[in-house]
Amino acid sequence: MTAFLLSPEFRVVFLGIFLLMLDSFTSANKRYIAWAGIIGLVVLFGFSFLPGLPEGVFPAGFYLSDPTAIFFKRYMLLATILTIALALDYSRVYEEFIPAGRPGAGLGEFYILPIFACAGLMWLVSAADFIMIFVSLELVTMCFYVLVASMRKNLLSLEAGVKYLILGALSTGFLVYGITWVIGLTGQTSLEGIRGVLPIVPQGYQVALMFGLGLVLVALGFKVAAVPFQFWVPDVYQGAPTPVTAYLSVASKAAGFVVLMRVIEPFLIVPGLEQKIVSVLTVLAALTLIYGNLAALPQINFKRLLAYSSIAHAGYLLVGVASVGADASGPAVGFYLGGYLLMTFLAFLVLVHVGRVTGGDDISDFNGLGRRSPVLALGLLIAMLSLAGLPFTVGFLGKFLIFEAAMQSHQYLLVVLGAVTVACGFYYYLKVVRAMYWQPVVADAPDIAVPAFTKLLIALLSAAIIIFGIYPQPLLAMLR
Amino acid sequence: MSPLLALILLPIAGAVFGLAGFPARKAAITAAALNLVACVALLASYQFDQGGFQFLSSCPALPSLGISFTLGADGLSLGMLLLSTVVTLAAVCVARAPQNNVHWFYASLLFISAGAIGAFASVDAFFFYMFHELALIPTFLLIGIWGSGDRQAAAWKITVYLAFGSFVLLIGLIGLYLSMPVGARSFDMRAIAEHAQMGTLFAHDTVHSFSIFGFEYLSITHAQVVYLLLFLGFGVLVSLFPFHTWAPQAYASAPAPAAMLHAGVLKKFGLYGIIRLVTPIFPPHIASPFNTLLLVLLLGNILYVGLVTISQRKLDLMLGYSSVMHMGYIFLGLVAWNQIGLNGAAFMLIAHGLSIAALFALSGELRERTGTLDFGELGGLAKVVPTFGLLFGFAAMASIGLPGFANFAGELMVFFGAFSAGVPSRDSFFNNFQIATVIAVWGVVISAVYMLRAYRRIFMGPLVDRWKSLAEIAPLPKLCVAGLILLLLVVGFCPQLLLNLISPALIRP
Repeated sequence: MTAFLLSPEFRVVFLGIFLLMLDSFTSANKRYIAWAGIIGLVVLFGFSFLPGLPEGVFPAGFYLSDPTAIFFKRYMLLATILTIALALDYSRVYEEFIPAGRPGAGLGEFYILPIFACAGLMWLVSAADFIMIFVSLELVTMCFYVLVASMRKNLLSLEAGVKYLILGALSTGFLVYGITWVIGLTGQTSLEGIRGVLPIVPQGYQVALMFGLGLVLVALGFKVAAVPFQFWVPDVYQGAPTPVTAYLSVASKAAGFVVLMRVIEPFLIVPGLEQKIVSVLTVLAALTLIYGNLAALPQINFKRLLAYSSIAHAGYLLVGVASVGADASGPAVGFYLGGYLLMTFLAFLVLVHVGRVTGGDDISDFNGLGRRSPVLALGLLIAMLSLAGLPFTVGFLGKFLIFEAAMQSHQYLLVVLGAVTVACGFYYYLKVVRAMYWQPVVADAPDIAVPAFTKLLIALLSAAIIIFGIYPQPLLAMLR
Repeated sequence: MSPLLALILLPIAGAVFGLAGFPARKAAITAAALNLVACVALLASYQFDQGGFQFLSSCPALPSLGISFTLGADGLSLGMLLLSTVVTLAAVCVARAPQNNVHWFYASLLFISAGAIGAFASVDAFFFYMFHELALIPTFLLIGIWGSGDRQAAAWKITVYLAFGSFVLLIGLIGLYLSMPVGARSFDMRAIAEHAQMGTLFAHDTVHSFSIFGFEYLSITHAQVVYLLLFLGFGVLVSLFPFHTWAPQAYASAPAPAAMLHAGVLKKFGLYGIIRLVTPIFPPHIASPFNTLLLVLLLGNILYVGLVTISQRKLDLMLGYSSVMHMGYIFLGLVAWNQIGLNGAAFMLIAHGLSIAALFALSGELRERTGTLDFGELGGLAKVVPTFGLLFGFAAMASIGLPGFANFAGELMVFFGAFSAGVPSRDSFFNNFQIATVIAVWGVVISAVYMLRAYRRIFMGPLVDRWKSLAEIAPLPKLCVAGLILLLLVVGFCPQLLLNLISPALIRP
């Protein structure tokens, strides 16, 4: 039990509480709180490489510690660090839209809430029990409800908050209802227990079981932005503060995929069910690929474009999940998510800085960025090429591994669909490249000054995208 | 360091020097010239009596998937490398420096060249693929920034089309990889060919029926899927009918050196890939069911695109379509699936690369001088620029396939190969290969019609007043085009020179 209390999640919670105290009882500059958060998380990220919890399942089958969980805990820490770094750069825009009772009011929470969400996400990737999944998912979602709507004087942010709240509540409803069915039929709440009981569940219960699992899939479909549960995504992504959008599209999606793979896994041992689950996932993946990529084509707002691109990437990830028959499918999804973190945060980092100066986030605001700020433009170029899937980037290798898993499990339809939609992707990602390098600079556009820390982050992320794109072995080794 | 790695890195070094502030044009020409010298030196040091892949060097990249960065060259790849370096040198010499971003212009050209050279020097299919993709973005930038006409639409079209084709190809390659027995899987072309010879490739080929919710929508073997994916992927990259529409527009809009490099060298990637990864690998019983389909498609290239070429009213579009049309012959040689057809196809790869590069160089020069390539506005130019006319005449004849030029030897071999291919028909009628060959021969007439017509409209007839003071072709482009034509003539008169090089590399299944 003491080992359990010392698990990395509790350390993150303690860090969050400490920072909240600091925020409430001292009049420290809010920037210092953000810095303290970043440093604390970096230290915890370092701790994760020390020998920690032994592998296995902990109290009463609630908590699972395996290589996947450890990889994704690091993933969540990294995503949170980057989110707070983004929030620091974004704070000037943010402050315009919060009621100014006293200077900096509300800014502290903006830096601290992601840390609590991070704890929830880390529990989520370790959750081995439906109750645990539900509770940690709610911890994450609560934090996001506040974060999305936190720019209280901005109508778009409020609209996004309401939409996210209503649809989040709806998906929670689906989740709980689905879980109830599964628990009712199997008498077990832990995934391990369900795996043990499933072979002796009577044949007649299979339809009901599929119904319960289907409801859970619907709820997770909301979380990972799979079509047809994606309609909240564009508005929420566009309205939310940019760092929150990035956090939502990376960390929340990744956790959703981990839970999805964990939840369906025990059900695959039942012969009749496996076929049905794979069929459902195939249809979901196909719809998500088609919708995400086609809807991204006409976008002129960069944030909305990234929202649709995030749906599109959910499609490729679902292709990986639908290839569960292949043993390479888990690592492929993990690797893809890893690359997705790097390139998405790089894109959002550039967006925050361009948006800060130009005051907008349309693609036309990037016109002539190649001349106004070569550093930002080069960073965004690498991010876009990687998102599109050009070789020598991590985005390409991610797609390569996903397609390999899909070919292994003979998902030819999805694979061909994937190739067609990749071509669509080249169009809309290169639209940004065109704006940066082909279009002339707007006459009175100021040059964009980039802080040294941001330059460092851009350099690190770009280097990681290219290095893991050529030599992916370290990442893959962590996943296998 | 492997000499082949040097061959890849030289253009990149030239690009980097240009970007770092050295005179871009000089850096590019130096790099290209050095590369040509290096390539000739490699050719000279190749051990012909030994054969096979030489100059090998390898370093593991993704061991868990059997991917390693392996470079090596046999006769066929040396031929392609020679073509790449020759055309690169001609392209950077012919290039007119644009007003803006000169160093990026030359860097893009050199990156295309590096991508092509890297692809032809790779023994590992994965890197073979990756290097080809490296050239995609420079092409996009070259057409989009420095192109002419409707350049933005053309740039989008070629990029999206090629991205689609290459991802289909990637899936095909993955499928090929998965057809090998577990534990012995590799992307090494030699290993793939070995598996094919030992019969361990597709050893466990099974029929897959696909269904969603009980509705069966497809029933096909894994090997057939892989074959189709590879042919479709390579086919899009080579502008196989009906996936050809990206090519004419892009070549018409691209700056002349970009069109030379892409049509002359990079597009050959797909055909080279078929020669390496499809023909020696797939047993006839997998391939032959699709023969008729492929014959129909390639006849589309020859006849349909040929007729479209005749109807063009501008030289640049006409050349673009003609390059698509000639791909039909090469496909015919490949589908024939026998030694002579394969030899002819490989021969034509190089011959067509040289002749289309010469033609695009001349058309670029003409556009620089007159500002138009519209047949209606040109006429009688041979009176003021006789050398120009002579060179164009030679290049046009080569492209038609007049005896004495390399293209003739290639086309002849292709026709012989195709006519003798296929199963002899039971009742003494022609089989589908022979029918296709008889129809395809008419393509020669079609290309004679459009090439000679273009020559007449531009260089013959009454001289239009506007062009009375047109300047003759500059010495350097003249030298380059003359060199390309000379090569075509030499190879045309002594085809054995080239055949001795490439033929041992072509394995008959």
